[in-house]
Amino acid sequence: MFQGYFLTILGGAALTLQLALLSLLFALVAGLAGASAKLSKSLPLRWLATGYTTVVRGVPDLVMMLLVFYGGQMLVNEVTEYFGLGYFDLNPMVAGVFTIGFIFGAYFAETFRGAFLAVPAGQLEAGAAYGMTRWQVFVRILFPQMLRHALPGLGNNWLVLLKSTAIVSMIGLSDMTWLADQAGRTTREPFLFYLLVCALYLVMTSASSWLLGRLERRYSVGVRHAEL
Amino acid sequence: MDLSVITGSLDQYLSGLWLTVHLVTLSCATGLAAAIPLAVARVSSNPFAYGPVAAYTWFFRGTPMLVQLLLIYYGLGQLDWMQAQWEAGNPFWLLFREPYFCALLAFGLNTCAYTAEIVAGAIRNVPHGEIEAAKAIGMSRFVMLRRILLPSALRRAIPAYSNEVILMLQGSSIASAITLVDLTGVARNVYSKHFAPFEAFVFAGLIYMALTFALVGLFQLAERRWLAHLRAQETAKPAG
Repeated sequence: MFQGYFLTILGGAALTLQLALLSLLFALVAGLAGASAKLSKSLPLRWLATGYTTVVRGVPDLVMMLLVFYGGQMLVNEVTEYFGLGYFDLNPMVAGVFTIGFIFGAYFAETFRGAFLAVPAGQLEAGAAYGMTRWQVFVRILFPQMLRHALPGLGNNWLVLLKSTAIVSMIGLSDMTWLADQAGRTTREPFLFYLLVCALYLVMTSASSWLLGRLERRYSVGVRHAEL
Repeated sequence: MDLSVITGSLDQYLSGLWLTVHLVTLSCATGLAAAIPLAVARVSSNPFAYGPVAAYTWFFRGTPMLVQLLLIYYGLGQLDWMQAQWEAGNPFWLLFREPYFCALLAFGLNTCAYTAEIVAGAIRNVPHGEIEAAKAIGMSRFVMLRRILLPSALRRAIPAYSNEVILMLQGSSIASAITLVDLTGVARNVYSKHFAPFEAFVFAGLIYMALTFALVGLFQLAERRWLAHLRAQETAKPAG
């Protein structure tokens, strides 16, 4: 039915998943840094973080990705030329991970900021009163409780992130959307292949929602829910 | 930075902006109009009413809008039935060869799915008391829906809906994947003509940002107007 392209597209799905997970990792780090900057006492840091989240919210991911991919290539060329190095091709995977990570880092920063604020200050003071260092308070008290508040927001953003990987096909990464395009042109059956990509995305998003629901229940153990 | 790249192509940016505004406004308006009855069906207890709507929103919220767009524009032409309609010159099905119509359809279907779930969530969150009061007065289900449930739910949905419209504005940038020259499409053309990625894409990004801020401002006004009753009240100062 798929004329031998089924495994190729499955390989593309693996690449999509890899791209999404690497971007997630990047975004989590950027998000934690952004949230800390937003909550810091230093005014320039807060301005920087606010600028970051505002710009990302205002500019489409595709425009940012084109800027990083084509603009980044130009910068790389200038640098290699200056140092007399050979031509260096900017990889669409690197541009994709960097751009998606940078964009979702801003959304994660907002999620983390809210979650940090949701942990009662008294608990942090209690930790300090026991003689814990700031790092110990963070690892033992703030982070585990923050995660429970952050999980719903992180989960939603992960689903959006997963779907936004498709646009990396527009800068030539051979992810499953790009491969479906190629297979559709060769076999003249684009409908079939795009439908296959939809099915694969549905498997990924549905599995993610199920897993996130379980995680949320796990991290909410010990929290009393009001019953109607 | 070579600003002449931008000033020399201002009219192109303007026409791209017009197409973007066009696409987003039309798809959001039709999406919202279709989402309201779907949301009512979604919260019904009849599986024949909520089942199809749940399947529709599951598909459109679980797959990337880019793939939906490609499926409609490039995919549908594969079907023999569609080709037969094109050869017969059926004016309705010929629309599916137009990139503009396909973008409108894909964007509309996508935003309608998200909006239906937003409105359905808002309907579920209408306070019990409002529903009980409507029943106590003896309203029929339809009257209750029209006078109590929907006005209350649509107001409460404004903050979530504003996010959806902003995401739709950003999402519309993929229209350039099917040969449409929207704001992003213009930036791509300007880039390949002048080989000036920073000027071309940063300027487009700034316009998108201005549009986003305008939308945020509009929705703030809407919230002030329609959500005034939910705003925190100022505590009255004790007299004397």
